[in-house]
Amino acid sequence: MNYIANIIFIVILTFGIGFFVKNVKKLFRNIKLGQDVDVSDNKSQRLKNMALIALGQSKMVRRPIAGFLHVIVYVGFIIINIEVLEIIIDGVFGTHRIGLTVLPISLYSFLIGSFEVLAALVFISVILFWIRRNIMKLKRFWKSEMTSWPKNDANYILYFEMVLMTLFLVMNATDIHFQDMNSGNIVSQYIAPLFSGLSENAIHIIERGAWWAHIVGILIFLNYLYYSKHLHILLAFPNTYYGKLTPKGQFNNVEAVTKEVKMMMDPNIDPFAAPAEGTEGEMPAKFGASDVQDLSWVSLLNAYTCTECGRCTSECPANQTGKKLSPRKIMMDTRDRLEEVGKNIDANKGEFKEDGKQLLDNYITREELWACTSCNACVEACPVSIDPLSIIMEMRRYLVMEQSAAPVELNNMMTNIENNGAPWPYNQMDRLNWKNE
Amino acid sequence: MSETIKVPTMAEYMAQGKQPEVLFWVGCAGSFDDRAKKITKAFVKLLNRANVEFAVLGTEESCTGDPAKRSGNEFLFQMQAVTNIEVLNAYEVKKIVTACPHCFNTIKNEYPELGGNYEVMHHTQFLKTLLDEGRLTIEGGKFKGKRITFHDPCYLGRANNVYEAPRELIQKLEAELVEMKNCRRNGLCCGAGGAQMFKEPEKGDKDVNVERTEQALDVKPEIIAAGCPFCNTMMTDGVKAKEKESDVAVMDIAELIANAQDL
Ligand code: SF4
Ligand code: SF4
Repeated sequence: MNYIANIIFIVILTFGIGFFVKNVKKLFRNIKLGQDVDVSDNKSQRLKNMALIALGQSKMVRRPIAGFLHVIVYVGFIIINIEVLEIIIDGVFGTHRIGLTVLPISLYSFLIGSFEVLAALVFISVILFWIRRNIMKLKRFWKSEMTSWPKNDANYILYFEMVLMTLFLVMNATDIHFQDMNSGNIVSQYIAPLFSGLSENAIHIIERGAWWAHIVGILIFLNYLYYSKHLHILLAFPNTYYGKLTPKGQFNNVEAVTKEVKMMMDPNIDPFAAPAEGTEGEMPAKFGASDVQDLSWVSLLNAYTCTECGRCTSECPANQTGKKLSPRKIMMDTRDRLEEVGKNIDANKGEFKEDGKQLLDNYITREELWACTSCNACVEACPVSIDPLSIIMEMRRYLVMEQSAAPVELNNMMTNIENNGAPWPYNQMDRLNWKNE
Repeated sequence: MSETIKVPTMAEYMAQGKQPEVLFWVGCAGSFDDRAKKITKAFVKLLNRANVEFAVLGTEESCTGDPAKRSGNEFLFQMQAVTNIEVLNAYEVKKIVTACPHCFNTIKNEYPELGGNYEVMHHTQFLKTLLDEGRLTIEGGKFKGKRITFHDPCYLGRANNVYEAPRELIQKLEAELVEMKNCRRNGLCCGAGGAQMFKEPEKGDKDVNVERTEQALDVKPEIIAAGCPFCNTMMTDGVKAKEKESDVAVMDIAELIANAQDL
């Protein structure tokens, strides 16, 4: 027996998975650069959300065409991957279609038959996706943030899937023994005749070639994820789990501010007294967010999960009326900056070295931040429970509380509230005048 | 006709050693904005008609802090919140109704953590319970068959999932409720939220309120119904910008019902 093929296979597999694990670790580290938030509550509701939104695709199908096609690709992707199990066993042990020896033929044929049907459906759906993106040019795929890498990335993924599905079908079509069984080859039987003119040996070589290309392709794809918006196929699950549970209109109350305000309001508290318990009385280093490390880790997970679909942006009132704000761009900028910070840490032996840049201004401009109406349309639209609004709010907090850099009219409004308890310059003592008017 | 309205204050109730059934939180717009004051009065007339024992804080009320919070000024927000909560708790308020979705959202969702726990209702929800309990009746009459479209306020709809109460009230008027292209959870903002009301919009090719008004005008309504004083202003301005103010009226749900009663 010749073990070279098995060894090569094991080496490739180890490298493929090893590299992936390395990137996953980096992903975890980067996400943990964010601020801690307590999301340990309501486990059952969270599981339910994950089951419905990620597994059940409930928000995807709100847009029926894209949703339907996406469900096919998603189901196909998951189910066809069962076949990868067989490929790995065959590759490691040098067997061929181990499934045929361990499963009843009828069951095996049924499985492969359904994989083939799904592969064909995925292929068609992916082509339709490609047409929507590149020929029909759906508006949301052609916004200003969708140039260069984001645009190519989306197409690469589609090409990848087309190639992988083709390889899978060709592999089956050129497996002479499998075709001879003539069961389970529901789709590949129509591809097989394409090769009928070739010698048996040539067909075998094509079969082997397709088999190897298929598994290597899958490993490459696996490692492509980290660099791509396609990461959502993994992160959609934790992201929907950790998604916001409180009403959308409820913004968090900054705890440090609460302590400060309570101290100011309570005449019995001695402001110079030592904090009662622990050291949690101290003020945070800064209010709000000017860079990715100031955001909560859930926001950073959000950024890695974003699929750049642009459903948020297409619903955004500011974006619809030509303002610069695009909630998708907020997420993409956050991810890009986080990657930059991560690379900086890698290059400097695990320590972040000041690079003179930050998320605010270098990525997200003030003009974008002030254009938001806090309407929650983006949050409602996102199929994977991303909350771009919370990032916008954190950055406004930084601008106002750290920099006093609100637009003049807003400063006037706030001064009014401070002085007379209304956003306009009316006297609080006149609040009931309407009664007699 | 305003001479007949009764608007007791919490202080007056307290002086008599009594508790009202509900506190009416008027809000800054409802207190000071000329257009919104009409909504406030319409709602008070309905409360009077239904013999609801309510009170207002009057001069003891202050901004909830919503626009400060959404501008990013958490300090100012919490100062306002804590001050208001002190007043509300001193009066032992249990139940609050307000005609402003921003006040509604803030008091309902953001005050509890700061020590303010109340049952909070939007005025459309409150009016609906009055009808359900038979304390108030609506005659269609005036609005029968009229085309009315409802603009979902973001802070009532998406923010708090209240979509049906205002619609049920419109239907009780026997009016023809027509929905815009974007409605309920897909409703398009009027452009006022997040403190935008108080500043000029950023550069763009259109104003949000004009976009939303166009969506409303697309369904050819006779009335655009609103449930928020800020939406009301934005939509009114939008209708003016489109020079349709002689054909299309922007009215709050409370005004529609009060009007139907000839109040
Ligand atoms: S909340 Fe802000 S960013 Fe999101 S859709 Fe509304 S205006 Fe756009
Ligand atoms: S935030 Fe959500 S809706 Fe917006 S582009 Fe990303 S995945 Fe799509």
